[in-house]
Amino acid sequence: MADQERILPELLSKHQTQILESWSAEQLRNRRPGKAGISEEDLRGQCRDFLNALQEASQDDPSDDLQSPIWERARDILTDISREQSKHGASPSDIATFVFSLKQILFQLLQTEIGKRPEVFAREIWTTTLILDRLGLFTTQVALKIREEVIARQQSEMLELSTPVVKLWDGVLALPLIGTLDSERTQVVMESLLEEIVRTGAGIAIIDITGVPTVDTLVAQHLLKTVAAARLMGAECIISGIRPQIAATIVHLGVDLGDVSTKATLADAFAIALRRNNLVVTRTTPAARRQSAE
Amino acid sequence: MAIRSESLPILSSEDVVTVRRRVRAMAIEQGLKLIDQTKIITATSELARNTFVFGGGGTVLLEALESGGRYGVRLTFEDRGPGIADLTLAMKDGYTTGGGLGLGLSGAKRLSNEFEIDSRLGEGTRVTITRWR
Ligand SMILES: Nc1ncnc2c1ncn2[C@@H]1O[C@H](COP(=O)(O)OP(=O)(O)OP(=O)(O)O)[C@@H](O)[C@H]1O
Ligand SMILES: [Mg+2]
Repeated sequence: MADQERILPELLSKHQTQILESWSAEQLRNRRPGKAGISEEDLRGQCRDFLNALQEASQDDPSDDLQSPIWERARDILTDISREQSKHGASPSDIATFVFSLKQILFQLLQTEIGKRPEVFAREIWTTTLILDRLGLFTTQVALKIREEVIARQQSEMLELSTPVVKLWDGVLALPLIGTLDSERTQVVMESLLEEIVRTGAGIAIIDITGVPTVDTLVAQHLLKTVAAARLMGAECIISGIRPQIAATIVHLGVDLGDVSTKATLADAFAIALRRNNLVVTRTTPAARRQSAE
Repeated sequence: MAIRSESLPILSSEDVVTVRRRVRAMAIEQGLKLIDQTKIITATSELARNTFVFGGGGTVLLEALESGGRYGVRLTFEDRGPGIADLTLAMKDGYTTGGGLGLGLSGAKRLSNEFEIDSRLGEGTRVTITRWR
């Protein structure tokens, strides 16, 4: 292969400006409307850097072994570009398309340059395809890695919803929810409350949502379902920890909590629970304490 | 008009959590009151989940707005999913095809100052909401 003429690197340097122009124009056309994306200037810069690296590497190594050090600069540049683009919301396929869209432009140039020599033309098309396919695949690997990094970070940031059902009094259970209720775990937590109701025969369960940052229709639906299921098991639920801004938002959402009792604080809910159980809390005086001790 | 912007993917329920957190940060930066923060975050939660569940995933564009001394947050949710056949029906309280409460779209509209929805069958859905300080 070494003594074959190297068409691709020559083509890349000879038509540098033209390739850069049509390729970045293609990128700009492909941009989805209404999407932030990177600026036109940055995009042009990315295209230029990549074309230079591609030119250098294919000059030094007409083979297509992307693992070789000769391709390192091209790989580094593509990694940076993938990171930058995915930061702006580009999907893995968007980023691969970035590389693949170079094909048509290069093929057209090859056609005009060496189209009259079918054997050389076929060989060059093949090498160019191979190189661009591998580079395109490389970007999807990078994109996957970025995605894994994001997920790992999210998992550590996401408040794991872990809430024990606690007994506040005979017949009074409480479930203090802390965290986001988006995950599958919500169902598990709600079911553990129902199990406790059955196990203890409690008549009142307080679900406290002070620690739930956002109450949307999904959270509301979880709550309504749990209240309905508890009722079937003979327990009444009280939802507490509804901050004023949450109360207003629930109303705007149009969620109808129906006849479910709601309270601002867990303490308020507990007071209700005691009253329903015909219990009263009284403040004693030293004199009364002495009397009851006698 | 937009002084800052960022685009985020919505491909999982974890992404919905991240998007809410980014919107909260932007709403605070833009000086929205707690009640208005809560409203736009809740609307975000609804639209982001619709994008993920019904749209099969998509993106959201967050824009910090400044216009003649007014500050606000504009969000554009976009997916290339199946689209919505009957928008009037989808906007009705209680209409759901996914066993939900059917309040996400109409609720998000009530929670926003401006609301725009554009959906084409087989092409996708775009919802834009704005909340001003
Ligand atoms: N991005 C979307 N793509 C396709 N269909 C959608 C999209 N968003 C909403 N829909 C359709 O509109 C209906 C109503 O949406 P809405 O958010 O109001 O209710 P829901 O998601 O079903 O329930 P809830 O939001 O109350 O949990 C959905 O059930 C779905 O059929
Ligand atoms: Mg919804």
